[in-house]
Amino acid sequence: MNYFDKDLASLHADLVAKKLSAKELTQATFDNIKATDPQIDAFLNLNEDAALDQAAKIDAQGINADQPLAGIPMGLKDNIVTKGLTTTAASKILANFKPVYDATVAEKLADAQMINVGKTNLDEFAMGGSTENSAFKTTKNAWDQTKVPGGSSGGSAAAVASGQVPVTLGSDTGGSIRQPAAFNGIVGMKPTYGRVSRWGLIAFGSSLDQIGPMTRGVKDNATVLSAIAGHDNHDLTSSTQAVPNFAADLNDATSVKGMRIGLPKEFLAEGVNEDVKAAILAAADTYRKLGATVDEVSLPHNKYGVAAYYIIASSEASSNLQRFDGIRYGYRADDVKNLEDVYVKSRSEGFGEEVKRRIMLGTFSLSAGFYDAYFIKAAKVRTVIINDFKAVLKDHDFIMGPVAPTTAFGIGDEIKDPITMYMNDVLTIPVNLAGLPGLSLPAGFSNNLPVGMQLIGRPFDESTLYKAGYAFEQNTDFHLQVPTLGGQN
Amino acid sequence: MANRINREQVQHVAGLAKLEFTDAELDAFTPQLDDIIGMFETLSEVDTDGVDVTSNVSDQINVMREDVADNWGQSEDLLHNAPDAARGFIKVPAIIDESEDNA
Repeated sequence: MNYFDKDLASLHADLVAKKLSAKELTQATFDNIKATDPQIDAFLNLNEDAALDQAAKIDAQGINADQPLAGIPMGLKDNIVTKGLTTTAASKILANFKPVYDATVAEKLADAQMINVGKTNLDEFAMGGSTENSAFKTTKNAWDQTKVPGGSSGGSAAAVASGQVPVTLGSDTGGSIRQPAAFNGIVGMKPTYGRVSRWGLIAFGSSLDQIGPMTRGVKDNATVLSAIAGHDNHDLTSSTQAVPNFAADLNDATSVKGMRIGLPKEFLAEGVNEDVKAAILAAADTYRKLGATVDEVSLPHNKYGVAAYYIIASSEASSNLQRFDGIRYGYRADDVKNLEDVYVKSRSEGFGEEVKRRIMLGTFSLSAGFYDAYFIKAAKVRTVIINDFKAVLKDHDFIMGPVAPTTAFGIGDEIKDPITMYMNDVLTIPVNLAGLPGLSLPAGFSNNLPVGMQLIGRPFDESTLYKAGYAFEQNTDFHLQVPTLGGQN
Repeated sequence: MANRINREQVQHVAGLAKLEFTDAELDAFTPQLDDIIGMFETLSEVDTDGVDVTSNVSDQINVMREDVADNWGQSEDLLHNAPDAARGFIKVPAIIDESEDNA
């Protein structure tokens, strides 16, 4: 199956017309993965037997026209728990963990009769921006295998970009869907906080984490978000707001006409690569040609987002990761004398370096004597950042800018320098702090590597972002370009 | 190095976090954490007088539910994930180190 020429609607039409069976499609997906994963390393664990069985059952029932996702293969980031299917969060501490329940998003996609083909690689516990922090392997960028795929949802992004599978889910705490989507030239949505249930997402920063879809095109992305969104009694931060049929609205390539778009001057400031800047300015011109107004606006406290985030997210992580103690599940160290030893040695041997660094930063920020100066200060700066966004979005339909200051960097280039790595997320982190939706989509190339554009909207207004993304996609050809990989294309 | 955090403080925080580090790891971690905490301190440039903290951006407030027990019937599967289990219980080493107790 060549997913480069097929969107979900055309796959669905073929399945309904029985030109293609779900089983053939699923088998072709595993063939894709086996042909390209030796180069890409996107998957940690394949679900082959169960997926082929499920596909055969779906074929036996038949696929109706009102089941747009039935029989279509997808992959899940391996911090999303799947019943009976090993879920590791790319950590040694969970290497043999078999969840006893399905995450709500996994259950919803199963209800939609999508076929889970396997679990994709990530930075351990979603902490990182390059997938180099995986305890098991480093995923490669689909466009250049010497470059990182971004992270933390690097496996999910590279799997879609290399044509292995049409849909994956990622999670985004500070940019972990949008940045790898940008680095791999695909579409990634970080929904509004509360739009999608976090039940069954292995927690990192609970006030920031959201699950979202990663796809080749905007419409496909919208279709999948409608399927996974909605209130869930298992996650009481999930919103009771109605979930629109996001894809149904996407048929007008000029729907941005009359819209007001804000382009923050801070998003094109020093540190943003010239080619990236040029791509975003060209995108602004595209929107102007389509009848939108693009104004220069300001998010004056944007640059404080990274510091506030690394205090808040690390504090939440240090609390969330206390549960990994070597007692009930996961790795337990040998050679222990007492219970305290089990905790300390299991955690010290089970967690990787970046995870320990975050736990240390969080524990420090929450500790007696430092709590007010760090954690409380960061929580106040978060409010200031939210107010900046509110001011701009009051009279703008959405904000546009780059996803990341650069294109994909080389494997090994930044992993030894945490602060440089953290600064890659300077344009995505504030969106999580404010809980807003953020869409990443292809907007150009620099030295044959994709450049991503980010659209940021009002709370629960993913619809406007999809419309604007769709309009851009229909008037450009960046999303049609595909990487050249052995055995594909 | 500005010395915002020293080696002894790093060891103290590690103790709170139930982590331990070798001397070589402490040598590498201490200046790294110090640099990152230096980045944190740029927040002092932001005037937050009279600003409330944000701890949650959900639109749901104080959602209540009945506290009803639910038997998932999965104790065997759950115990299967435990590093050591016997007769329906998770096994752990002695809480008190007996060798220390006798010393």
